[in-house]
Amino acid sequence: MTALVLLEVENGEVRQASRSALTAAARFGDVDAIVFGEGASAAAALPGVKRVLSVPGLATDLAEPAADLLASIAKDYSHIVASASASGKNILPRLAGLLDVQPIPDVVEIKDAETFVRPIYAGNALATVRSSDAIKILTVRGSSFDPAPKDGGSAPVETLDAPVSEKSVFVKVELSASDRPELEAARVVISGGKGMKDAANFKLLEPIADKLNAAIGASRSAVDSGFAPNEMQVGQTGKIVAPELYIAVGLSGAIQHLAGMKDSRVIVAINTDPEAPIFRVADYGIVGDLFEVLPALEKAL
Amino acid sequence: MKILVPVKRVVDYNVKVRVAADGSGVETQGLKMSLNPFDEIAVEEAIRLREKGVATEVVVVTIGVQAAQDILRTSMAMGADRAILVKTDDTLEPRAVANALKAIVEREQPGLVCMGKQAIDDDMNATGQILAAKLGWPQGTFASAVTVADGRIEVSREIDGGTEVVSLALPAVVTADLRLNEPRYASLPNIMKARKKPLETLEAADLGVDLASRLTVVSVAEPAERKEGIKLGNAAELVEKLKTEAKVI
Repeated sequence: MTALVLLEVENGEVRQASRSALTAAARFGDVDAIVFGEGASAAAALPGVKRVLSVPGLATDLAEPAADLLASIAKDYSHIVASASASGKNILPRLAGLLDVQPIPDVVEIKDAETFVRPIYAGNALATVRSSDAIKILTVRGSSFDPAPKDGGSAPVETLDAPVSEKSVFVKVELSASDRPELEAARVVISGGKGMKDAANFKLLEPIADKLNAAIGASRSAVDSGFAPNEMQVGQTGKIVAPELYIAVGLSGAIQHLAGMKDSRVIVAINTDPEAPIFRVADYGIVGDLFEVLPALEKAL
Repeated sequence: MKILVPVKRVVDYNVKVRVAADGSGVETQGLKMSLNPFDEIAVEEAIRLREKGVATEVVVVTIGVQAAQDILRTSMAMGADRAILVKTDDTLEPRAVANALKAIVEREQPGLVCMGKQAIDDDMNATGQILAAKLGWPQGTFASAVTVADGRIEVSREIDGGTEVVSLALPAVVTADLRLNEPRYASLPNIMKARKKPLETLEAADLGVDLASRLTVVSVAEPAERKEGIKLGNAAELVEKLKTEAKVI
């Protein structure tokens, strides 16, 4: 059996979540990797990749040409795997539609080549499902599989032509510039909620994030209120994180937020309301005003 | 232009479900059911496009049990013009739902399908993409803003690092993310009016499409519970615990 893994390359490096997808794909046998846009050399350096399919002509990862291309080579593979990223969730279900396959999203555990565990109901239940499709198409949660190392391999690279896309055209992308680690890859995450009161107060998280080399996240209500941009949202429909340390500041812990962070190793909650649900999943809690606790925490670190 | 909005009836987002004791699934009996929140956003967006004069008619459709007509009435109370219930007692997977929706699209010939990016019960985030693929239409997933002009729709999409904008030739499928809009509340007069709006019922089996499941549910389990933590008095105590007990900093 050979699996195909879709790898996302950013700034010349394979994203951590994609390296986790490689680990998952390797469970099925040999692994070929496919890279859209530049970055084939970073993919070729990953140990465990047998062959890299490079599609430099598809720099913008539009789902339509990407899925068309994947469908044209799918018959060579038993499994097609990507990380459960925005890109993976855009492209792989479309590929599944082209191949008339039922995709299996957000896999957190592989039981065997056809049996997978995935969360449902915002992670309040874990479903084990067996697929009868000839080709299994799955996205996997980065937080559930160790990322493969960045180097040590030297796979051959084959270049493929990109299909043309007329119905769907890329216009532009606006990426928020940040020197901080990616949310899904950070060892420490500090997130703010509605209790931060406004966007300016999110700055209070920065000195602590600096000291801990942490990524900064936000609850859905903080994002909905315009305190933080959407890419910072942690939760059922935002980023799923499982860092070593998660610090929740001024957020109540709605079901959909817990779905995105409750697998963190150590959880800290800072909230004025002692009854807030976040305290039920927190290892350490401080009941108090975040505007007093945050400066004190910065000093104590 | 007609807009078709597929919607799903799900356990209300405020209700925490319990796993069935025999591990066969989750207990949904007697729980409050609602219009899937992402679908509500899709209904709202379709109505706004009609109010702007971009669309002429908003048709909502659901594939589900007889009781699912309540969410169709909710959608019509918000402002959708008419509704279609494709009746089935089976739980269908996204692939099967997409097959049923494709049949409805072929019948209704909408210029745009606008739907939620995911249902909050199975959390699949797949039906819109599968439908787009089966129709051979372009897709604008995780939409946070849309503009229709000159036979195309420009979609701002929420992606991992920020926002991306794509331009799609119509007809197309758009899936709504949280920030697309804030859905309106249905007023009492509109709820009354919605009772008189047309609701057509079809049998899923009569569509003549493949509704089979490709996944077998082996078991459903509770996730591991976290053990109760401790409350600390101040930040200094916290840092001490994180260093010496949790050894995480």
